[in-house]
Amino acid sequence: MLLIPCPHCGPRNQEEFAYERTLDSVVRLNDAPELAIATLYARANPRGQEHEIWSHTCGQWLRLTRDRISHAIHSVEPL
Amino acid sequence: MRDAAGSIPFTFDGKAYAGQPGDTLAAALIANGVRLVARSFKLHRPRGIMGAGVEEPSALVTVGEGARAEPNARATDVFLYPGLVARSQNAWPSLAFDVGAVNSLAAALIPAGFYYKTFFGPPSRWMLYERFIRRAAGLGKPPQAPDPDHYGHRSAFCDVLVVGAGPAGLAAALTAVDAGKRVILIEQDAAPGGSLLRERVTIDGEPGVVWAANVADRIRAGGGRVLLRTTVSGYWDDNFLTAVERRVEPGQPAEGDAQVLWRVRAGEVVLATGTIERPLVFANNDLPGVMMAGAARALALRHGVAPGRRAVIATSHDEAYRTAFALADLGVEIVAILDSRTQASGPLVEAARARFVVHAGARPLRAIRRGIGLAGVDALIDGAKRRLLADCLAMSGGASPVLHLHRQAGGALEYDAARGGFLPGAGRQRHVSIGAAAGEHDLSAILTLARVVDPLGPGSPPAPGPLWHDEAPGKAFVDFQNDVTTLDLALAQREGYVSVEHTKRYTTLGMGTDQGKTGAMVALAQIADLRGVPLPDAGLTTFRPPYTPVTMGAFAGPMKGDHAAPIRRLPLAAAHDALGALWVPAGAWMRPRAYLAPDETVAQASLREARMVRASVGVVDVSSLAKFEIAGPDAVDLVAAVCATPVAKLAIGRGRYTVMLREDGMVMDDGTLWRLAEDRWLITSSTGGAARMARHLTYVADVLLGHPRAAVVDVGEHWAGLALAGPQAAAVLSGLTGAEAPAHMGLGDAVIAGVPVRVLAASYSGERAFEVHVPGHLARAVFDALVGAARGLGGGVYGLDAMDHLRVEKGHVVIGAEADGRVTPADLGLGGVLRKTGGYVGWQALQRPALVGPVGRRHLVGLTSVDHTPIAEGAMLVMREGEPPLGHVTTAAPRVAQDGAIALGLLTDGATRHGQIMLAWSPTRRSTVPVRVGPPLFYDAQGARYRD
Repeated sequence: MLLIPCPHCGPRNQEEFAYERTLDSVVRLNDAPELAIATLYARANPRGQEHEIWSHTCGQWLRLTRDRISHAIHSVEPL
Repeated sequence: MRDAAGSIPFTFDGKAYAGQPGDTLAAALIANGVRLVARSFKLHRPRGIMGAGVEEPSALVTVGEGARAEPNARATDVFLYPGLVARSQNAWPSLAFDVGAVNSLAAALIPAGFYYKTFFGPPSRWMLYERFIRRAAGLGKPPQAPDPDHYGHRSAFCDVLVVGAGPAGLAAALTAVDAGKRVILIEQDAAPGGSLLRERVTIDGEPGVVWAANVADRIRAGGGRVLLRTTVSGYWDDNFLTAVERRVEPGQPAEGDAQVLWRVRAGEVVLATGTIERPLVFANNDLPGVMMAGAARALALRHGVAPGRRAVIATSHDEAYRTAFALADLGVEIVAILDSRTQASGPLVEAARARFVVHAGARPLRAIRRGIGLAGVDALIDGAKRRLLADCLAMSGGASPVLHLHRQAGGALEYDAARGGFLPGAGRQRHVSIGAAAGEHDLSAILTLARVVDPLGPGSPPAPGPLWHDEAPGKAFVDFQNDVTTLDLALAQREGYVSVEHTKRYTTLGMGTDQGKTGAMVALAQIADLRGVPLPDAGLTTFRPPYTPVTMGAFAGPMKGDHAAPIRRLPLAAAHDALGALWVPAGAWMRPRAYLAPDETVAQASLREARMVRASVGVVDVSSLAKFEIAGPDAVDLVAAVCATPVAKLAIGRGRYTVMLREDGMVMDDGTLWRLAEDRWLITSSTGGAARMARHLTYVADVLLGHPRAAVVDVGEHWAGLALAGPQAAAVLSGLTGAEAPAHMGLGDAVIAGVPVRVLAASYSGERAFEVHVPGHLARAVFDALVGAARGLGGGVYGLDAMDHLRVEKGHVVIGAEADGRVTPADLGLGGVLRKTGGYVGWQALQRPALVGPVGRRHLVGLTSVDHTPIAEGAMLVMREGEPPLGHVTTAAPRVAQDGAIALGLLTDGATRHGQIMLAWSPTRRSTVPVRVGPPLFYDAQGARYRD
């Protein structure tokens, strides 16, 4: 179980967090349809480091930079 | 030497025995002369005790009785208690006369890959074999009754977690405690000491076992926590480990928790997990009487039990020599020591030569069976085959460091050719391996700060046993628990299952409850030899948690029965109970399904309640609906992003139906949107989607809109909601409030029974209707007033089923039934309510060609049973039985307004099929009903009744 440093609460167990999506899959409200559809269905899915959006039960949304092989968390920023 | 008579009574297969304090079940059985304790998994071969701890592959027994029976317990891992009841498994009618043992004769029928080959054959073959296989092959039977035991969960953290209380682990834990660290030391055995429990050494002038107990006491005295009988089963991310503590033995009634699952977050982890001895491979190496040399030594030195009368020691390195001394001191005749090395020297070997017959370059070829046990061994000695008579063969083919946790943590491996195995390499998390687990075999090198005296002197490092090339007839096992032999490995290679991962699945190598702890490295060496590659190139299977089997109850812990999931009760639950509500779970909520009159069925009650609403007025509890208030200068932006319907022009004090989409354009939820003030909104949405909607609102606000000046408050818990519906609803309401009821889709504040309430005029039934929102703790008086007034006009309460009947007749959709995550608003006939300008979540995806194309989508339709027979929910919509479905029935209901049966369904190009007759076909419910397709609206098509 990952130990994720919530910017609001400090390090907490992964079970308090919910994974939302990768940052590159965020569809902005004013994106053109072609861009939005590409964002939804064509993802990079890199082997290694990836930016992810998670939420904590405290209500804080986070941007995690995480290595998907080693599971190492490089940075956590509030969104 | 122990006394002959034991003080702890127990039974095995119904026969009474007695053992001594500290005995494992295995030790007590051997002390009582019981050698045959199990039948093997596939071949039903007689098996005895091979090991001395959790690694035991063969001696699996069921311990305990009735609901407390624990199958597949290792006899070597169960400590005796008075009244222990153990039974053998996988044998019928008895262990000695097992009918299944003919499997051994018919073994050619189930070689490696048997299951694969059967599955690739015609299905009828599997149907034929399955019955036979299920009965013949197997382990213990799980108890049928609910588990009477309690299981606890504990969380803990520490600076240093030490796994294994052998000499290395004890020394590390004590050092950490002395340095002021918070320490947890975990040991799976009932006593600290590890290898010291089976060796005769003194440390700092004390016997090893006494030293271990004293160190454990010093760790406790220094504030450390020592958990005995606890097994670390998993090493997860970020130094999070799970361990299972046995507070009682298998089958033993507990005062409190029988087991506790520990969840530990550790700063540093020290893995002092020791080694597991490897077997030698030769024909019949599974006979009762053949055991690991270390296990024989543990029986002798820890329990004072002699594993036989005449023993042969067979080994590839020095360690097993110690067994000869230990057994001889108990009066066991040492027939010979067979050492596969041609050259062996050193103090331990020299001491043995002075006392025993030692053959260098010698090894066992075949164990000789008499009855069910070992009678002797054919050995290769000085190049010739010789038969030695013995009832115990203590073997050792090297030792493998226990790397499971190191690997689970992501640690690297390093190959050590001299020991023919792997050592822990660099850790990936914050962990380090020490002691024997790190390849150190010399006790004085482990305990550098202590004075270690070993009367036999140090031995050489462990070295692997010779490879087996089937030099003698008979099965030579590499996986004793799953009956995998060297011939099975060869067969897998011949048939192309070359990689070790393939070999594993083809032969079931290492897939038993012991996960190949004993034989894995031996098997790997054989596979590498067959392939002609160096051992490290043969590959290694993954070490997965748990290290040893974990009782399911330990995972569940206290979260069982009513505690398995939270149950949410309505604020008015007591009031509904007083009215005789029949409860039904709806998500986490318990909601009234119907209020049954005497002798009424649920169906009758629901139809009566629905007709009451159509005729006069009814009250239904809708408190569980999700409710969110959104307020602030930018609230309109947030609402407009979430709701796909027009927002900005909604007048204050007015509401409208709305729908929320996912990003892929599919309907996520629906509900109503109300403008309470210029900058203040109320959204209601589905009960089941409440948590998802709460998350979605904050995602849109924080991530998409970048923290607008708008607050989202989940007010679902605050407001109880009571819906009032029917032609008399307005009369009931104005009678109680003394004011005119709001117009349809209007809202207003009012006072009912002295309680301030908010009234929303929205209809879900097709009748004029209102939702009365009242703070939950004040709801009872309002509810009583509403029900009382309704009754006065021939109405009353109604439940969930009646509400469902009413909405089906009116064609309203439910999230989860009609809106099943695969439909767009247009599919539901709601395309017209969408905001034309876009800008809401999901608007772009609705432009996808597949969604704007004219054909191929499934549309919401109404279905009328042609002959009034009820339609089966979930039935397929087909033109003829047996044809591929064109759609399905989402919700079925009786007609309320008249006799008959109707349903809603999703049907491919359904909008163009109105008027067609199809079949609602459900093979599983044996129901075929002709239905007429039409619009999803069966009642008041003009929409006259719900307006003011």
